[in-house]
Order: sequence, then structure tokens, then C-alpha cells
Amino acid sequence: MEHIVIIGNGISGVTVARHIRKRSNKRITIISAETDYFFSRTALMYIYMGHMKYEHTKPYEDSFWKKNRIDLKKGFVSEVKPKDKKIIFNDGEEMAFDKLIIAVGSKSNKFGWPGQDLEGVRGLYAFQDLEYLEQFAPNKTVCKKAVIVGGGLIGIELAEMLSTRKIPVTFLVRESSFWNGVLPKGESEMLNRHIKSHHIDLRLSSNLKEIVSDENGKAKAVIVEETGEEIPCDFVGLTAGVTPNIDFLKSSEIELGRGVKVNRYLETNFDDIYAIGDCAEQYQPIGNRRAIEAVWYTGRMMGETVAQTICGTKTEYKPGHWFNSAKFFDIEYQTYGWVNSERNKKENEIHFHWKHKDDTKCITVATDRDSGAFLGINTFGIRMKHEIFDRWLTEEKSTDYVMQHLSKANFDPEFYATFENEILSAYTNQFQTISS
Amino acid sequence: MSTVQRDMSLTGQPPKSLNGLQKVATVLGLSGLMIILLAGFNLNFPNKGLWLTISLVALTAGIILFAKATYANTQEGIKNDGVWFKSISSRGFWAWIAGLSLTGFYIILYFFPQFLGLRSEGANTGIIALFDPLSRLLSGNQASQWFVYGTLYTVAIFAFGVKFIWKYRHNRYEKLRTISVMFFQTAFAFLIPEFMARLNSESFNLPYYDLKNIWPLNYYNFEQYRVDSFISSGDVGLALLIFGVISIFVITPILTYKYGKRWYCSWVCGCGGLAETAGDSFRHLSDKSEFAWKVERWVIHSVLVFVIVMTTAVISTYLGYDSEKYWLTKDVFLIGVAVFLALLFGVIWFFKKEELKQDARYGAIGYLVIVLSFIVIHYASGSKLFFFEAETLRKSYGFLIGAVFSGVIGTGFYPIFGSRVWCRFGCPMAAILGLQQRLFSKFRITTNGGQCISCGNCSTYCEMGIDVRAYAQKGENIVRASCVGCGICSAVCPRGVLKLENGPLENRIQGNEILLGNDVDLMKYVNNN
Repeated sequence: MEHIVIIGNGISGVTVARHIRKRSNKRITIISAETDYFFSRTALMYIYMGHMKYEHTKPYEDSFWKKNRIDLKKGFVSEVKPKDKKIIFNDGEEMAFDKLIIAVGSKSNKFGWPGQDLEGVRGLYAFQDLEYLEQFAPNKTVCKKAVIVGGGLIGIELAEMLSTRKIPVTFLVRESSFWNGVLPKGESEMLNRHIKSHHIDLRLSSNLKEIVSDENGKAKAVIVEETGEEIPCDFVGLTAGVTPNIDFLKSSEIELGRGVKVNRYLETNFDDIYAIGDCAEQYQPIGNRRAIEAVWYTGRMMGETVAQTICGTKTEYKPGHWFNSAKFFDIEYQTYGWVNSERNKKENEIHFHWKHKDDTKCITVATDRDSGAFLGINTFGIRMKHEIFDRWLTEEKSTDYVMQHLSKANFDPEFYATFENEILSAYTNQFQTISS
Repeated sequence: MSTVQRDMSLTGQPPKSLNGLQKVATVLGLSGLMIILLAGFNLNFPNKGLWLTISLVALTAGIILFAKATYANTQEGIKNDGVWFKSISSRGFWAWIAGLSLTGFYIILYFFPQFLGLRSEGANTGIIALFDPLSRLLSGNQASQWFVYGTLYTVAIFAFGVKFIWKYRHNRYEKLRTISVMFFQTAFAFLIPEFMARLNSESFNLPYYDLKNIWPLNYYNFEQYRVDSFISSGDVGLALLIFGVISIFVITPILTYKYGKRWYCSWVCGCGGLAETAGDSFRHLSDKSEFAWKVERWVIHSVLVFVIVMTTAVISTYLGYDSEKYWLTKDVFLIGVAVFLALLFGVIWFFKKEELKQDARYGAIGYLVIVLSFIVIHYASGSKLFFFEAETLRKSYGFLIGAVFSGVIGTGFYPIFGSRVWCRFGCPMAAILGLQQRLFSKFRITTNGGQCISCGNCSTYCEMGIDVRAYAQKGENIVRASCVGCGICSAVCPRGVLKLENGPLENRIQGNEILLGNDVDLMKYVNNN
């Protein structure tokens, strides 16, 4: 019986295993050094905040794996031998495979900052990072102050986490406004205000120069590049993005870039070895997507795709329209299609921006200036329906059409105040020359 | 997880620790409780009306002040920080103290009311006496243990309702339905029955009737003493009796068809009202395992069968006693019940057989056979025996289900098993509404394409123990018999995935199984399996 070995028990690895099991009787082994069972990485923050316990983050009961004949092995793979079709664990144990799926995810970026490997300095990605955080920042007595370096989605989550334990947080963000490499100005600035309203000491245009050690090799302060200011702290969170966790493949002859290089079928340069999820890097990016997509649902989709291929239906990875979501403290964010930041947008992309007076809700709609076609929407504090926007994007609706029909896409709970009329009249005022 | 506990301070660190105002509020609330306890130890307060007022005001104000101290200085949003760290909400020491105290209270209330000061002759003493002034003010009669209970129950729903609204002030659905349960508890369960009692005279004698308390939750509604009272109270009484019948046979099916069982369970019902308000701090303690779901299905439907058999037996017995008095004869009644149940079963089987899982089919057939054979045995034997004595059935139902299950276990164990144990495992009304919700209703919770990140907040905070995430991560609609439509899964979702909706019946169960974001061909393969 063919043996499918999957390295990594995250959403990608687990999805591929489940779908192979749905379609075949192959022997399946999932290897992880992180946890015994699959858990939702995105929920790590809720464990620290006390919303959930670790057991609640497991999407399947522990009996699920045995019932579905998916073997789980705890171990750290230190080497892959593609030609011998085997993997070697760090304790010397070997395991043979017929097909290997690399789904090892990411690790936190470290950009060579002095002091980045000191005690009390850590990213937030793996379960062990959470344990580390519990050790160095369990409360405001042990951790009188924390500094977070890097203004992205994980950085703001970490800021929220620490603030629930009333640990004062200084948040160093390289950009001149939070996440403005991705978000347009109006949204990014609204989030700056929201972050500050949660008593986070947000420092924009601030880079980390150095992390200062105490006499025991533990971080005691950070120095800001721009000002030279030394900020005393007991914990430093490194959240300047993630990078594929593929050091163990360096000697394997599997082609690597930043991630494991794959073609549209998620195949590596070796037959029978695939890479999916955060660690896979497309030779050519797909559409406007990045070559490496560290997103929950793309990991899931890649898993579904490779499972089809392995079970005999060779299937190309073809993600549909871009979408994503996040939550910034109390403000939910959803995006469908492409809305680019001022830095990234092309000349033909024009924006309509509406913000509610309470400063917690806004939307930005991107339009092709020449054709009037709808390119994408960002919404903050208003839930939208994925299915509707996916359809509108496929049907290449105009922005005029989208704005007229926006209420159809609303997904807020019943009885919520709606803003479509207000949005539409703002839109009509701003764009009357275009739409008339 | 190996959490290093380095904190040696007594009150703990944020988010566990109490702030100054919370401590003041705790003292205030507990002092109100203290007055009641002192009355329980037969401290004879001189001016009972005044002391009762002080007590209830302190209790209410303490809870509301605590809510203010907790939420007033926070921004609108989800407030679950530290839920699993706090002793009271994570089955810690205080949870057990609270659970045991509540359980003890229920045991005394149901089985030893004399300890509350109930006297078979003469004036009440103790706690019940403390409540006399309020009872006299409302109904003109002296208080009973049930009046004490009803008052405290109403205070709890009101005060914790204010807390709940504060907590979820960003969510209009939550606010509205909480105002609704607060209203129905105060007006329908508490005040109106007391005022109705004022109307009673020798010729006009309505039973205590909480109009929203529908049979079979109100399992005693059609017992002889009540039916006699209704009939003896002229047109008003007859109207109320008819209202009781159409509540379950007409109003309930229509509203459940349109809105799902939530119209009752989380907008009207008193048990649900208490669970949603006072029980909110314990909603996450419900058991989410598949095993618990299995137990739930068997237990709740067994209770439903029990209450149907019991009620049929009780009614047929008194119909049998006095065929002069009631136009309905015992024979007609029994045949009628049998025909109704067989028809109901037939309709479900004919239209919805495909939607019933294997065990549901076995269960449905088994239960139908049991109920019908009881009726046949009873009809054929012609005796007062309904296999068991009807009175025995009634008593054991009242003891096992009415008291032990709904009270002692259902509410007493809030801090241990979660807030909806009774609603989930025991309530026969919920069973009926659930059957209809699953099979003939427009209600569902829709999911939002591919946005789910499987974080588990929805499942964790589902008080009914539904593994919401299992559906959301597949992009499937959630159509579950047990869902009371509280809306919290949708509220706690960080990615805007869940929405409670009433919509067309077509494709309601299957929903849109296509997880958007994928190429369509791939989804064809995935869904084919």
C-alpha cells in the first residue's frame, strides 16, 4: 500500500490527509514536532487571552485520526533524502515514503538585529511560542513592559494579547502608518487611532536598532533606530512577518527559494514530493497573489488540490478571487478582490472611501478608472458576504452596480444598523461625474 | 500546557483580578443576599417590607454595579478575556461553591420548603415571611416558596440581563432579545399571574398561569385541578384554557416555522432567559463532544415521550372519572391522541425520511410504538391503569423531570455543566421545537464562504454544545434541532463567518457546500466525495 508521508500537521497537512482518505485507502502518516494533534494556529491568541483553552482549538476530536486511519507521529524531521525516498528524524530514526508532502509552515522573521536571539525575545507562530510567552510575559509583574517589533497582523494580535493582561506595550512599526503597505491611507489611519485607543504605545516610522541584554543574556531593553531611545522591557515580540520554515531541506537537493519551489501542481523538482501551504513558493506568482501565501485558506486549498492529484486526478492549484479577513482589536476586517495601498496601487486603480463618524467602520472600494469595473472592497466593522463578492468579481460587475446592490452583500447580524444608503449617497456625490 | 504560575498574590493578575468598583459591587450584592440568609436563620426583621426592599435593591444594584465596573470603561466588542482563567467561570473553587450553593437551594426549595419558612398552618416564618409584604402588595396573599423563587428569579434575569446588555452593547440582536426575556419574565411570569390571583373569588378561580409557559414545559397545565379552575372561571377561564391548547398546537408551529425555536428559547422562555442572563458566564462549559450530542438526542426525546404518555394518562384518567363534566370522553381523547401521533409520524416519515439519520429513524419508530401501545393497553384494559398508575407517572415526572432535572441539575449545576443543560438534555418543549426546527422551519445559521479559520470561538461559546466550527469550516449551513438561536456564535466569530437567518426552505440543510475561493472544477471533485 502506498505510503503518503506529510510533514506538518497544520491546516495544509491535515487537509491533504483528510482528502486523500476520502478518496483512497492509502497509508497516511502526518508528522509534527509541534503538537500531538492538529490545532488552529489562528486561535493561539485566544488561549493566551483566556477565551479558549488549547483543547478548544482542536477542530477534530482526538479519536478522529484513528477512526480515519491517519497515523500521527510526533517527531522532528532533520533531513529528507528524495532519491532514497526516506526522511530522517533528529533522533536518527528513518521513515520511507512513496509520496512526500511538505507542509511545514513558517517561522518568524529575524532580520539580523543585534540581540535577536536573547532570552525573552520571540515571535508568535507556533504553540511553543505561546508557552514561551506564558513564561516571559505571564502578567504585568513578571513583564513590566513589552515591546513588539513589526506592524502586521501578528503584531497587532500580540499587542491585543498582552494588553488583556494589562502589560504595557510599545509597538514599533516601520511604516509611517499601521499596515499601510497593504491598506489604503484612510483605513490604516483609522487603525492607528484604534490601536492607541487601546492604550498601546504605537510608534510609527520606528525601526528596531538593537535589543540590549542584561547580565544574564536576557533582553532588558530595545533601542529605536530613529531616535536612539532606549525602551526598557522584559519581553520583545518579533512580528515582522514570517518566512518558510525550511532549513531542514537545505541538503536535500529539493529546489528552494525563500520557500520550497513548486509548479502549478504544487510539485517540487522531485517526482512524488509536493509542497503546500505557507512553505510553498510558486515559480510564477498566480495573478496578483504573492509567490508565497501564508494564509489559512490557501493552505487548505492547496491541501485539497494535492489530494486530488495524489489520488489520480492531476489538478492544478487555481485559487479564485483573492479574499481575506482579520480582526484588529475590536474591528473586524474583510477584503474581497484587490484594494491596494497607495504605495502599491497602479495608476488606473481609483478608490472610494467612506468612514462612519464613530471611527470604527469604513469601507474602501477600488475601481478601474478606465472601465469602471469593480476591482475589490475592504470593509471594516461591516460584515460582507463572500459568495456575493466572488460572484460579482467573476461577472466583472461595475463599481456602480456593486454600490447600488451593496445591501445584498451585507452579512451583519439581524437588527444591525445598515449604512448602504449613507455609503451610496457619499459615493454618488463623490463620483457623480464618473457615473453620469 | 505547562503554565508557570509565578503569581502569589491572592486576587490574581489581570484579567482575573477585580478592580476597586467590582469589589464594592461584590460587597453590595452579597449584603443583599446576607439579609435573605439572615431571614433564613429566623432573624425576625422588624419592618419586613423595608428590609426586603433593601435586600432586593442591594442585590440588583450590586450585580449592575459589577457589570458597570467590568464593562463601562471598555470599548464595544467581545468581552471574553480571562473567562478560562477565572475560578468562577472555569470550574474552579468558586464555581463549585456556587454550584453547590445553588443545588442546595433547589433541594430545599423543592423538597424542604419548611426550611425556607413555609408553614402548613399559620403565618410564614423565615425567608418566605420576609417576602410576605411584596406578595401581599401584588396578589393580596401571603408568600409561598414559589413566590420567593419567582421574585429572585425575576431579579436575576433583570439584573444579569442588564449585565448581558452591557457586555454585548455592540450587538443589537443580543440587546433586543435580552430586553425581550426581561420583559416576558417580569410581566408574564411574575406580575400578571400575581394580578390574576387578585381577580379570584369563590366563583372565579383561575389557577396560577404564566401565559408564556407552554405545555409540555408547563407539564402540569392540563391537570384536573387546573382544567376545573379554568372551566369554572367562565369565558375568561375557557379562553385561557383554549389559549394553552393553541399555544402548542397553533402558535408554536407557526412561529417556529418562521423564525426557528429561538422565538421561544432565547426570546420568551424563562428557563432560557435565566440561562442567557445569569447563566451567560457559564455558557462555554457545555460539552461539545459527539458523545454528548448522542446522549442529548436520546435523553431529550425520551423526556418528550415521557411527558406525552404522562399527560395523556393524567387527562384520560380524569376524563374517565367524570364523563358528565367534560364533553370529551376518555375514549375519544385516547383515540384522538393516537390518531394525531400516528398522523404526525406519518407526515414526518413521508416528507422528511431522508433527513433522519439511522438512529433517529429507530428512535422515532420505537417511541411511536411505545406511546401507541401504552394507549392501546390503556384503552383495551378499560381500567384506570395506564400500565402504570397515571398518578404515579405524574408524580415521578414532577419529581424526576420537573424538580431534579430542570431545577437541581439544570440550574444548580450552571457553573459546572454550563447554562443550558436542562434546555439541551431535558426540556420537552425544546424537543418539540427542535424537531420542527430541524424539519420544518426557515431558520438556519449561514456560513460565509471560505472565511472560516477554524479558531473554535463559535463552538466554545455555544451553550448548547453544538460544534459550530465543524459546519463553518466546511461552509455548511448549521441546521440543528438544539440550536436556540442565541446568536453568540455569530457575535464571537472574529472573521464574520456566521449569520442567523430565516430564508427559503430549498437547500437549507445542505447549504452551499462549496468553499469559495477554490477553482470550481476542484470543488466538484471535493464535493463528490
